[in-house]
Amino acid sequence: MIAPAVVAGVLLAGPLVALLVRAPWDRLGALLAGPAVLPALGLSFGTALASTVLCIVLGVPLAAVLAGSDGWPRVVTRVARAVVATPLVLPPVVGGIALLLLLSRTGLLGRPLFAAFGITIPFTTAAVVVAQTFVGLPFLVLSVEGALRGVDARFAVAAATLGASPWATFVRVTLPLAAPGLAAGAVLSFARALGEFGATITFAGSLPGVTETLPVAAYIALTNDPGSAIAIAVVLVVVALAVLLALRERWLTGLRA
Amino acid sequence: MTGALEARLGVRRGAFELDADLSLAPGTVLAVVGRNGAGKSTALAALAGVTGLTSGRVAVDGVTLDEPGRGFVPPERRPVGLVLQQPALFPHLSVLDNVAFGLRTAGIPRADAREQAREALADHGLGDFADRRPAQVSGGQAARIALVRALVRRPALLLLDEPLAAIDAELRPALRASIRGVLDSFPGSAIVVTHDAADAEALADEVVVLDAGRVLQRGPLAALQADPADPVVSLLLAGTAPSAGSGA
Repeated sequence: MIAPAVVAGVLLAGPLVALLVRAPWDRLGALLAGPAVLPALGLSFGTALASTVLCIVLGVPLAAVLAGSDGWPRVVTRVARAVVATPLVLPPVVGGIALLLLLSRTGLLGRPLFAAFGITIPFTTAAVVVAQTFVGLPFLVLSVEGALRGVDARFAVAAATLGASPWATFVRVTLPLAAPGLAAGAVLSFARALGEFGATITFAGSLPGVTETLPVAAYIALTNDPGSAIAIAVVLVVVALAVLLALRERWLTGLRA
Repeated sequence: MTGALEARLGVRRGAFELDADLSLAPGTVLAVVGRNGAGKSTALAALAGVTGLTSGRVAVDGVTLDEPGRGFVPPERRPVGLVLQQPALFPHLSVLDNVAFGLRTAGIPRADAREQAREALADHGLGDFADRRPAQVSGGQAARIALVRALVRRPALLLLDEPLAAIDAELRPALRASIRGVLDSFPGSAIVVTHDAADAEALADEVVVLDAGRVLQRGPLAALQADPADPVVSLLLAGTAPSAGSGA
């Protein structure tokens, strides 16, 4: 039992240790501020933030619909939940290809979009946000749905008899009581968006300053500028650890509330 | 006096069927007594609009609130206040904002709603708790705050679901007296669901005993105790000492 457990521990912690040992700490600031990293840094945080907002705006209503779906036929609920969870298990590259087939100029939705408005999404910053939202949405929806289901139904009854419409009840009572779940879902979808690589490079490409996010930049830099690649990796590790800490805090406060 | 209630309640839910008339004259208080599963909570849900009728009619002061096939008024537009057994104060709002909640939904601006809520709390001796969170008040205080929260909307019909069930036995007499005081000055009619004959005696003009969704007997408490129509009636109304028949 002990030996495999130790191997597992080394496998989990070893790569991080190697990364932190080999990181060019003395040049880290200069590398991050350099032309290879800085545009990607801004782009990554900007698009991840935008996609998190999009996840909340689109995902909360979807979570609310799913949380209220108990009266539906079971097949419908199961299919709906499977559709929501698909990006979790889908290889991101496949997600990118699928997004292309939907939104390219010849795509299912892209063709009418281009014909009507002249809009092309692939290989733009918007495509980065769409890809990140696609992969981040399940985290937000599943987390919020669970939180909404956990809110005691008596609060909604009390709110209704105090004159609150179903909408007001949701906005003023149910959603605030589900806030810890919303925060956790938002943090998770942000983390997932920040790390997005496969769908992004397939659907949005790697144009520096436009679609080249941190993971894409790190992958490209690895061959001729490993210092920059490692510096990016350090940033992404720090964000990942911060997410872990933030969630710990959230879950604890959520349990106390 | 308001709160003339026509309540012919028909609710079918699986094998259970509620078929009871709980109509009330304006300004009166009716205690509804019954065993678990008698249909007490279903009756309150139907009156509040949380559950729809399958037959019958609910009307308050001549306005139809529910009549299958004719119309249904949702809970938020009924002149009906409901205080649940667990007071269900919103935990994310202060006591003050809990009481102001039902005024805000009526379109009263936040500052005015808060001022009215603060006055209402003070009127009921709860002014000191205005800025606390619900988690920081006792069960008895929470029950009284929930009552004030329902009353500020000036409902014509007030529904109390087991208002004393979640309270420690030794604190019940004081809270019972406090609810009595509130009901005495309440211009509408009220229905109090209870397990406890002492509640019926202290709070209500009349008692109705429900069993398996039907009315077994209705009348003044003393009359029902003197001449019970069914063994269940005498069982439920036996003795009015605070500890007896509490259903604990």
